[in-house]
Order: sequence, then C-alpha cells, then structure tokens
Amino acid sequence: MITNKKNTLFRKLNILTVIIAIILLYLIDSDIVGNQYIKRILNLCAIYTIVSVSMNLVNGFTGLFSLGQAGFMAIGAYTVAIFTVPVELRESIFYVVPQNPVLSQIQIPFFPALLIGGLLAALVAILIGMPVLRLKSDYLAIATLGFSEIIRIIFTNIKTITNGALGINRIPAIPSLELDNFNISFGPMWSIFGIAALSVLLISLLVNSSYGRAFKAIREDDIAAQAMGISPFKHKVMSFAIGAFFAGIGGGLLASLLGTVDPKQFYFTMTYNFLLIIVLGGMGSISGTVIASFIVTAGLELLRFFDEPLTLFGVNIPIFRAGLRMVIYSILLMVLVLFFRNGLLGQKELSWNAIIGWFKNKMPSHKKSEGGAL
Amino acid sequence: MGILKLSGITMKFGGVVAVNNLNIDVEKGNIEALIGPNGAGKTTAFNTITGVYTPTEGSVYFNDEEITGIAPDKITKKGIARTFQNIRLFKNLSVLDNILIANHLHIKSNFLSSTLRMPWSRAEEKYMKKKSEMLLEKLGLLSINNEKAHSLPYGEQRKLEIARALATDAKLLLLDEPAAGMNPNETEKLAEFIRTIRDEFNLTILMIEHHMDLVMEISEKIYVLDFGHLIAEGTAEQVKNDPKVIEAYLGVEEDA
Repeated sequence: MITNKKNTLFRKLNILTVIIAIILLYLIDSDIVGNQYIKRILNLCAIYTIVSVSMNLVNGFTGLFSLGQAGFMAIGAYTVAIFTVPVELRESIFYVVPQNPVLSQIQIPFFPALLIGGLLAALVAILIGMPVLRLKSDYLAIATLGFSEIIRIIFTNIKTITNGALGINRIPAIPSLELDNFNISFGPMWSIFGIAALSVLLISLLVNSSYGRAFKAIREDDIAAQAMGISPFKHKVMSFAIGAFFAGIGGGLLASLLGTVDPKQFYFTMTYNFLLIIVLGGMGSISGTVIASFIVTAGLELLRFFDEPLTLFGVNIPIFRAGLRMVIYSILLMVLVLFFRNGLLGQKELSWNAIIGWFKNKMPSHKKSEGGAL
Repeated sequence: MGILKLSGITMKFGGVVAVNNLNIDVEKGNIEALIGPNGAGKTTAFNTITGVYTPTEGSVYFNDEEITGIAPDKITKKGIARTFQNIRLFKNLSVLDNILIANHLHIKSNFLSSTLRMPWSRAEEKYMKKKSEMLLEKLGLLSINNEKAHSLPYGEQRKLEIARALATDAKLLLLDEPAAGMNPNETEKLAEFIRTIRDEFNLTILMIEHHMDLVMEISEKIYVLDFGHLIAEGTAEQVKNDPKVIEAYLGVEEDA
C-alpha cells in the first residue's frame, strides 16, 4: 500500500517535471525568457546529451572502450549537410571542385536526411565493428580512434562529395513545425529537445530490456556471458551500431544548428568531451550522463570568462588570457578522476526516491530520530 | 549411446599434450565425475566440450549430434551449461538479473520490439521474470533476489552460479570444482543440492572435483585422468581400488 502511494506520488512528480520542462522550453523558444545565446547553449547541451548517452550505451553499459563517436557524428553531420542544402546554392558552395553531378541534383527534407545520416552511421559501425570489436579494452580504443581519424581524412579528400577542407556552409536551419490552424509554431529548439528526449527514452528502454541485460552481462564478464548462450560478438556489434546511429543523429542536428560543417570540427578531441561527460555522469548511468552533458557543455561556455583579460583594481591579472579556460578544464578533469572516479551517479539512476532520501539525510532532525537505524 | 560422448579427444598446446585420446560416454540422468591430480587435463577436457577450445583431434557428440568446434554460446543453446572453477558471476548485477540474463538465449523478440515494449515482448519479459523467480524459489534464493551478486556469501555465490546455469534450460550441467573452498559441512550440503537438482530438473551432471568424499558419495561413474590419459573409469568402488589410480595420487610404492 505504501509503495503504491509512493509510486503515484512519483508519477505525479514526473508529470510535473515534464510540464515544467515544456513550459520552460516554450518560454525560451519564443524568446520570452533568455536570449539567442542561451538558446544556442541549451541546444548544444541537448545535442551533446544525445551523443553522450549513445556513447554511454557502448562504453558504460556494454563495456567497450570505444572512442569513435566523433567519426559517427561526422557521418550524420555530412549526410544532413550534403542533402539539405538547396540545389541552387550547390554551385556557389562547391566553387573549387564541383559537386558530383548526381548528388548535386538531390535535395531531401531535413528529417528524412537526419534519419538517413543515423542509419548510414550505423551501417558504417557494423562494417567497422565486425573486424574491430574482436579487440579488447585499450586496443579497441586505439582502433576506434584511428577509425574516426580515417573518416575525417576521407571527408577532407572526397572533394566532389564533401567539398574537402572548405566544408559545406549555408546548411538550412532545422525547419519550424507550423500548426497553421492554431497559429502556433514550434521552433528548432522543440525538434532538438524532442529528438534528445526521444533518444534518451529509447536508449533507457533498450538498456532495461533483455538485450540491455545481455549488454551488461558482456560488460561484467564476457566469458561468462558467452557460457550463458549470449553471443558477445553479435551483441557488441548491435550496441556499437545503435550507439553510432544516435551519434549520427546528434551530428546531423549539430550540422543544422551550426549551419556549417567542416572536417576540423570532428577532430578526435571532440570525442574526449563526450568521454568527460560520461565519466563525470557515471559510466552506466543515463540520468547521470544527461546531467553531466548540461553541466559540461554549459560549463565550457561559462569558463570562457577565463579567456578574457581581467583587470582588478586597475591591475591587469596576467594569467587571464586565451587558453586559461582549457587549463582550468584540464584541472577539473584531473580532480574528477582523482576524487570522483565513479562520477556523479556511478551505475545508479536518479529517482525521486533517491532525491527524497538525500534530502532526508541532509536534515539534521531526521538524522537524530532515525540515526539509530543506520 | 549416452547423452555426451567424447571420442578420441586430443588437445595439444604446441608440444604439450594436455588431453590424449580421451573417450568418455556420459549416461543420461547420471551424476558422473572427472577426477585426477593437478594438471591432469580435466579443465581442458571441459573446455573442449563447451567449445572454448576446438580439440586437435577427435569429436564431441551431444545427443548423437556432433558439436565439435562450435562456439560456446551455440553449445549452451543446444543444452550444455557450465559453471567455472573461479566463480564468474555478473558481480555488479542483482541475483535476479543474473538469472534473467541466462534466459536471454531463448529470446524471440528482436531488439527493436524489445526496446519498444511491444505486447509480445512484454509477455515474453513477464514470462522470463516469472520463470526466473520460480527457479530462485525452488533453490531457496528468492529472498535475496535483489542483492548484488558480489555481496553474497561464498556458498551462495556457488549456488547462484549453478542456478544461473540451470536457467539456460540445460539438459547437461558441467560443474568445474563446485566444492572448491568449501568446508566439510558445506560440501555435505552441496552433495545434497546436486542430487536434488538432478532429480528435480531431469539433469545429467558431469563434474570436476577434488573433494574425494563428495565425488565418491554422489557419482555413479568416475573417470580418472592423469597427464592427459584416461587411466581408469568405473564406480567409486572400482576406481578406489585401482592400482593405477593409487599410483597417480600417491606415487609408486618403492621396493624395499
């Protein structure tokens, strides 16, 4: 009975959270609250959430040390870039080397292009994964890192398709969804947050399904998993491909949000941002990853303050100059690895039960009365 | 012909012959044991049955079907499950999850319908959960189904590993030193437990064991390996009095 009551309370709290999130989204998207800068950062946070959660599926839940996320994002981003730029603009974008004549006639709406980008990333993941996923731990990390660099170099060199190092610009923004009858329009933010929420939901459903348990079994002990009739190879490829699919989707959204792609964006250092996020959030915790995505992405923006010259009481503080931000970022990373090895949540998930429990523990009066039980 | 038959199994690692021309015929419904001094090739023999190694020569038959060199996960699907000498549970997962994972091999839903919680996948999941809970209840582990596997006492971990192997719906159970690290009292309980599950689940059991009292007490047939050779087979009584076995375990009696 008590658990039933608690569950209905939690359900109400969940609905309340979703309603608050939707109201906030509406206020920010229609420029009632905040500004373009905040909107941009929040959109970036949501996209990083998609990619980080997908990376956590591979690294945190399946136990594969993969560093190929930037490569898969590049595939998604370029697919969206190549297919959504209006045909009439192609000539002026590919002004050095003309675009492949077949591709230059094809234009696809944003959402199908996004889906194709994700599927292409998954397909490449399957092809790459079949040889590479036979490797373990550090070796797998090196191989996937190499793969992501190869993708970047290929994209730099197939100029008739990707425009090489010049990149593709003037990518149309994510279309707004108009509901003419009601005179409401949903801006790009709705699409980005909608897709992010859907991705997180799908991945957490997967992780809590029988296949998710098989992934965790492989993470815990792949020899025992195989002895239990689970084909490690099949499930590793599956997890790798699903992770790549969502990374591709994240890349496609990023291309459209920034309006431009070029190979340098997908340098392997990009993957380290996601690695930091999943380590901070907790390997094997989806809610932890979501929280960490917002903290890290927004934090990197806030830390820009350190890159600007600072004058205190008429004295110019010399260490405040371009680059200090990355120094502080690296120090934070070291502190994190030294003192919070399990991240924010470890393998646990955030729940109302845990939040309420945490607050109860913080309140001294409760501690006194219930302290004996512990 | 029995449920499991090894015919002429030889396993070489470079120049070392770990198992040499091994012939075993395990009778359905029996509890049989593979014994021998350290390094006799018992675990190697197990590994050729479960597909970890492909034997250099010879064939393995399960229910008259050749399974030589098939991948371990496919062999488990055919109905052979094993435990490990050094317990290999999914340590950070709950007892129930450990059992549920062993149910995954028979899953019919694909990952999409499983993720999207289609009605038939929900039904399958519900069935798996119920089946697992019934198994845990039968084995007296249901009260701890939410505990993490690594937090269990040693004896319970051994029991859970056997339970997990049972959850794959195996017909043949291979136990690799189930009594390792147990005191005589625990070993006694284990003997009882092995007998019970054999009867309850219609199993055939082949085990490797060093605790002679356990082996002698419960096995219908014993195979003795020494330096990769099968030196004796038979009932506990026959094996106990075999001069070759005594020699292998105690050394040759020196002439005065």
